[in-house]
Amino acid sequence: MGTYIPNTEKEQTEMLKKSGYKDFDDLFKVIPDGLKLNRELNLPLGKSEFEVSYIMEDLAGQNKVFHSIFRGAGAYDHYIPAIVKSVTSKEEFVTAYTPYQAEISQGILQSIFEYQTAICELTGMDVSNASVYDAGTAAAEAITMCKDRKRSTVLISEAANPYVRSVMETYCFGTDTPFKIIPEKDGKTDINTLKALLADDETIAGVYVQQPNFFGLFENLEDIADIAHEAGAKLISGVNPMALGIMKTPAECGADIAVGDAQPLGLALGFGGPFIGFMACTSKLMRNLPGRIVGQTTDDKGNRAFVLTLQAREQHIRREKAGSNICSNEAHCALTAGVYLAALGADGLAEVAKQCMSKAHYLKNKLSEAGFKPVYEGEFFHEFVTDCPEDAGSVLKKLKDHGILGGLPIEGNRILWCATEKNRKEDIDALCDLLVH
Amino acid sequence: MRDERDISYAKTHEWADIEGDTAVIGIDDYAQEQMGDIVFINLPEVGDEVEAGEVFGDVESVKAVSDLFSPVTGKVVEVNEDVINSPGLINEEPYEAWLIKVEEVTDTSELLDRKAIEDLIEEEAH
Amino acid sequence: MELIYEKGSKGRHLDILPVCDVEITEMPEAFKRNKPPALAEVSETEISRHFTKLAGRSYGVNDGFYPLGSCTMKYNPKVNEEAASLKGFTAIHPLQGDDSSAGCLKVMDMLSRNLCEICGMDEFSLQPAAGAHGELTGLLLIKAYLKDKGEIGRTKIIVPDSAHGTNPASAVMSGFTVVNVPSGEDGCVDIEALKDAVGDDTAGLMLTNPNTVGLFDKNIKEITDIIHEAGGLCYYDGANLNAIMGICRPGDMGFDVVHVNLHKTFSTPHGGGGPGAGPVGCKSFLADYMPGSTVGEISEGKLTLKRAPKSIGDMKSFHGNFLVAVKALAYILTLGRDGIVDSARNAVLNANYMRVALKDTFDMAYDETCMHEFVMDLGKFKDETGCAAIDIAKGLLDYGMHPPTMYFPLIVHEALMAEPTETEPREMLDLAVDNLKKLKTMAIEDPGRLHTAPHTTCIGRPDEVCAARNPVLKFVREEK
Repeated sequence: MGTYIPNTEKEQTEMLKKSGYKDFDDLFKVIPDGLKLNRELNLPLGKSEFEVSYIMEDLAGQNKVFHSIFRGAGAYDHYIPAIVKSVTSKEEFVTAYTPYQAEISQGILQSIFEYQTAICELTGMDVSNASVYDAGTAAAEAITMCKDRKRSTVLISEAANPYVRSVMETYCFGTDTPFKIIPEKDGKTDINTLKALLADDETIAGVYVQQPNFFGLFENLEDIADIAHEAGAKLISGVNPMALGIMKTPAECGADIAVGDAQPLGLALGFGGPFIGFMACTSKLMRNLPGRIVGQTTDDKGNRAFVLTLQAREQHIRREKAGSNICSNEAHCALTAGVYLAALGADGLAEVAKQCMSKAHYLKNKLSEAGFKPVYEGEFFHEFVTDCPEDAGSVLKKLKDHGILGGLPIEGNRILWCATEKNRKEDIDALCDLLVH
Repeated sequence: MRDERDISYAKTHEWADIEGDTAVIGIDDYAQEQMGDIVFINLPEVGDEVEAGEVFGDVESVKAVSDLFSPVTGKVVEVNEDVINSPGLINEEPYEAWLIKVEEVTDTSELLDRKAIEDLIEEEAH
Repeated sequence: MELIYEKGSKGRHLDILPVCDVEITEMPEAFKRNKPPALAEVSETEISRHFTKLAGRSYGVNDGFYPLGSCTMKYNPKVNEEAASLKGFTAIHPLQGDDSSAGCLKVMDMLSRNLCEICGMDEFSLQPAAGAHGELTGLLLIKAYLKDKGEIGRTKIIVPDSAHGTNPASAVMSGFTVVNVPSGEDGCVDIEALKDAVGDDTAGLMLTNPNTVGLFDKNIKEITDIIHEAGGLCYYDGANLNAIMGICRPGDMGFDVVHVNLHKTFSTPHGGGGPGAGPVGCKSFLADYMPGSTVGEISEGKLTLKRAPKSIGDMKSFHGNFLVAVKALAYILTLGRDGIVDSARNAVLNANYMRVALKDTFDMAYDETCMHEFVMDLGKFKDETGCAAIDIAKGLLDYGMHPPTMYFPLIVHEALMAEPTETEPREMLDLAVDNLKKLKTMAIEDPGRLHTAPHTTCIGRPDEVCAARNPVLKFVREEK
């Protein structure tokens, strides 16, 4: 059996004796016999490291690793620089708990402070927290930030990522928050319906719109912000942080809260997790921001120091009056995003974003030539939707057989394609050659 | 200087300095001492109604949050911006650092005088 | 120390990408950002050294003893990390389809089954990303179930006053109101108070057993019966599962829903605050409400992701913190049925070994056999020496050890809660006991030194009041 217990059986016996117990049964006699399992667990016996390693490799081997990925929809395949992995595998970062003891946790606290700074720079917002679980939970938590005594309803754009919307809806079920869907028109949030919904209902607290949206298109976010604000509602903008290398920031557009997933910034696809939800807001909403926040202060000798701050908002102090229950977050993923952004810098990030956008446009043109016509007009970042001249399932199957993960099939025999800086021209050409009849 | 002996108190350690139908409201020395260094205070807006015994705001220290219960019923006519900006004033001068001014004051019958609140503090200590 | 933004100089960068091999598409003017983000401009040398220095100013399980109560800071096995970094897991897109992600589905299936057996549950969802997230999930299952049965008058969740703050916060996020019940003298649930608290409006109870003071509540079956008889459901907070795994099971204690913390009990690292994972298990009558996608079998050995018929929806996009699940599975495979029991036994042994060795030094909040952790009550000690729990904690930092959890649970005022875990050798426990004894002596002889501890760390005690009064939450470059 494998074990991570250092003490030998002999030592254990000595320790039991020294502590006043005859044996383990004696130690556990506080648990009534009737409650004990009184049989072995129905699991295999423990295994050696060699065997476990073999099993895990075998399991990993049963997955198909695609050499070329054209699928996004909330999980993006970007290049991860070697320095990112090197830094994030440092055991002091990996094996630490939440930095409760500031004096021995300055490294982790500072890395979070640097992450918060980077998120504020990217989004243009005033304040960032130390992360939440993912884009979906970030958007869901943002709803609570908008609500007050008079306003409790939220509007969610149909053009936003359905995997995010679904989480928002679950959280709304929890807090009994009424929500309405703003329909999509021509691939974008329908502004006229948004206006009508806002005019209709004085209880609307917030409007959630994603930029670029699920179909890859740029929304007219500034207009949406104005419309929401005029009606007294707040704007929550979902946003792709990679696009922010070159795209107008949520702050420039007038958003009150910016949320999203920082997975594109150095995190592996990992079958969907761990990812990392970022949340940033205006300073006015600072005390409504859930989750941990690191602040700068000084120590008793006047040295710069970092601490977890504004903790009175949090569940361990406020209990049932806390706005959120979040405790563990995705700190190690925040470190990852922080290192990634340090490695890229503003120019590097802009270059990656530009290459994503350029390759997506090249892919769109090539696909169009192959008979896969774009469904929507309008400017887009690195995702777009096409029609499919034959059954999407069989087209994608054919690509899979050639080691290519094609776009995501969506309703109406359409495909949502994605290109990133990792898709080389020859890979795009090879994909399109396979699709031409 | 406000004389702490001449004002009224709620059992929850808010004080009210009542003149006619106007009251100035703050928290007492005992409450600020219990809280420790106050870092943030959340107050109603001018025009809001407050009700005796009901929560009208909260006060935060690094390690605790306490609700503020209104000692009287009435309408908020002024909020002390100075304590919002420098909540530490409450620790320094709890009887000078008022929080809100309320008009059309009613429901003052439950309030205690200085002696009664001192007795209560004594009792709570045991 | 300097921030990364204060290092480097304009123009420094890493060369990561080749020149773009397709025609450049520019961001349209209407959607272009006005100025670039002020990110770091540094070379790879500087990044590497910066973060090495930050690592040196951090403290993990690998740096030394970490008896942080209620957090189960056990050793994080390296084979788990290696498994989770296999390309066959890291490069898999969450939406790439059942057939090409069969290995991932198998991981999810194996882990779910193992957790069911360990907890005495019938089904598990791996979607929740953390303990608190699991609590929310479990309560939403209860809410959906009650709603479905037409029991809309059940709006109250009972939580003991010793509970972790996430419990009441999760209850409120699930639309319930919280009824706090006081603990008895013995730190366990006060049965009479509980009987008074239940009624037609009871939706459920949230409890951890062993409880937050480290004791096994012997009356647990009576407690869950009281709730069930009142028509409510019982939620098990798995924060303390490490003490009892393989010995008894929440399902057998009468719990209907549980969450487990893979980053506590199942050895996955905590990463300085996350990511963790908080899978949720339930009895079969709640399975129809499970969130996200669970794994089912279509035919012999062929797995698929399926949606529960009355699912509460998604708690998180995709399939949870999958790579964390990989680590936990590797751990369970390593331990097996024999190793799991052995771990629980040694977790409890190590805690009692320390408790007995320390009971003449500090008052124990509950002087009896504990489970995997014990609570010291420094109330009297503080009155006598003027040194509080925080002073002892900070003093321990000077001995290169992480302190126990301070000031939790709230029902013990000067609490220090220690959880050594099973992965500590006896010598380490002896050393920790010695250090704590020395600190007691220091508190008596030189309390001033303890009030200003730590003295050997890279910073002294930070000014938390200043941090909260004047929040500085990001770096702002001064315009030159």
